[in-house]
Amino acid sequence: MSDKSYDKQNPAFYALLITLIFMSVGPIVLMFANSFKLDVDITSGTGGLLFMPTIQNYETALCDVLWYEPEHLDFCGLKFGGAFLNSLVIALVSTILTLVIGCMAAYALVRFRFMGRDAASLTTLLVRMVPPAVLLVPVFGLWNNEFCLDKNGFLGGMIRDTFGGRGDVCLAGTHSGIILIYVAMNLPFVIWILQSFILQVPRSLEEAARVDGAGPFQVFFKIVLPLIKPGLAAAAIFTFRIAWNEYLLASALSDRDTKTVPILIVNNMSEFNVEWGVIMATGMLLAIPPIIFTLFASRQIITGMTAGAVKG
Amino acid sequence: MTSQFFNRMTPYMFMAPAGIIMAIALIYPLGYMMYGSLLDWNPSQSIGEAEFVGLKNYVTLWFDPAFRESLGVTLTFAFFVVVAEMLIGVGLALLLDRNIRGMSVLRTLFILPMMIAPVVVGLMWRYMYHPSIGIFNRFLDKVGLEKVDWLGQNALMSVILADIWQWTPFIFILSLAALQSLPQSAIEASRIDGATPWQQIVYIKLPMMLPILIVTALLRLIDAFKVLEVILVMTEGGPGLSTEILALRISRTATEFRELGVAAAMSNYLLMLLMILTVSMFAFTRWQERRANRLAAAIQEDE
Repeated sequence: MSDKSYDKQNPAFYALLITLIFMSVGPIVLMFANSFKLDVDITSGTGGLLFMPTIQNYETALCDVLWYEPEHLDFCGLKFGGAFLNSLVIALVSTILTLVIGCMAAYALVRFRFMGRDAASLTTLLVRMVPPAVLLVPVFGLWNNEFCLDKNGFLGGMIRDTFGGRGDVCLAGTHSGIILIYVAMNLPFVIWILQSFILQVPRSLEEAARVDGAGPFQVFFKIVLPLIKPGLAAAAIFTFRIAWNEYLLASALSDRDTKTVPILIVNNMSEFNVEWGVIMATGMLLAIPPIIFTLFASRQIITGMTAGAVKG
Repeated sequence: MTSQFFNRMTPYMFMAPAGIIMAIALIYPLGYMMYGSLLDWNPSQSIGEAEFVGLKNYVTLWFDPAFRESLGVTLTFAFFVVVAEMLIGVGLALLLDRNIRGMSVLRTLFILPMMIAPVVVGLMWRYMYHPSIGIFNRFLDKVGLEKVDWLGQNALMSVILADIWQWTPFIFILSLAALQSLPQSAIEASRIDGATPWQQIVYIKLPMMLPILIVTALLRLIDAFKVLEVILVMTEGGPGLSTEILALRISRTATEFRELGVAAAMSNYLLMLLMILTVSMFAFTRWQERRANRLAAAIQEDE
């Protein structure tokens, strides 16, 4: 693709392109613009794109992390900053865990013949399509009732003594509970995508390293991992996106202190009187990290998407 | 001896973390759900206290008009979404498969809608569909047309439109990649034989893309059954049950009606549906590979 000669097209073609771009980006731009408007301006609809931009909505949204008190607010009801932090921790930790665990498994599935390999690879393929909604009931039940430490037991008792609270110590309501289900949910997909990348690593390279005396783990970390970086990037973006955007399971598992941004947005939407400006500001803040990824790593995203679908 | 043992254990050590996590957080919950679907179970009970009722939940659901309606809505939604997205996406890919400046920018902008949180997409469209302050009705008002009751009477159509906006780019990107990986020689040969662009598309490009297109459509279909957040934010399943897709109904049955057993049975129905789709996709790719191998072998024999 290095040649810089482009075909000439007729003007109607460019008109079509512009319409398409307008259609796909328009709603996002509209939301971006509205997040800088006062509610009065949004509901009256005056001005269109000509309005006085205000950061008041963002001040309201971020009131719990601002170093000053916005003057239009008497009370900081929206705990957006905390939710944002929760989202960040959960998404980052689960992405890293999924990647490390996933690429090890993918490597084993591609490079080794061992008993149970076919079963493992088939299971991975099949559970890939399990939707979050199907996991809702069992995860809710298990995380609340079974994956618990008895409060009278040693570890559970220690946690209760240190952090306080009542009842058994359960996974539900903790960051680790949400992270666990996200890692499990994303693993099949990551393994699947990375397999196609590992297949492309020339075997001779690994064998050369082994002849030089490297153990299997050294071969993996020093030879294979650096070579599948594009695949890792693609897988990381997809995993992060799912963990960052997911609503349903997070809403079932989180409590007041661990709720993520999507939950906060949905909770504020369902209230009777929607404050459009503020809600769009929070929506924009949630959308910004994926948008940044897309702008900087669109090539990896496209590679990942096509690898996941076509080479499967 | 020890090194041989170590070597034999290597693949298991690589697999172990993934295996353990998937077993406790994916496979075990699925089994738990299947057992739970046989119980009369509400959220305040632990699973041991719930009463065993056999297949009652499945039977009740099968004759439950609300469940049937929700299943109907899901199937309608999935069908229209996939058909529309395939037509538009493949059409655009055929149209834009040219050597033009700024193609990569275009692709980048196109994937934006997919990357944004479904919750935010729902929020955006709920605003745009708003009966009085939404941009669509305001536009219709300005040009003197009658306002449309987007999320009221035409809720399902509006929800489908929003999904088309978000996911057509997926089909577009995949079919563009498929188009660009076609062997240029076949297209060139047809051009020399005097095929019009239209004939090239119908007789050369589409048939050669078909395997990838089918897999793409199946992938999209599977994903269409997972859509939940966009609809939840836009309509909450309403008005009535008109946009209550299965995933949404499962979550409402579990949280609002507090019938975990029924919700589990419903999840199982959904899972079976998806399993059929996945297995057929799987079988199709296998069949495709085998056919390709046979063709290759036949060509070699001819030589």
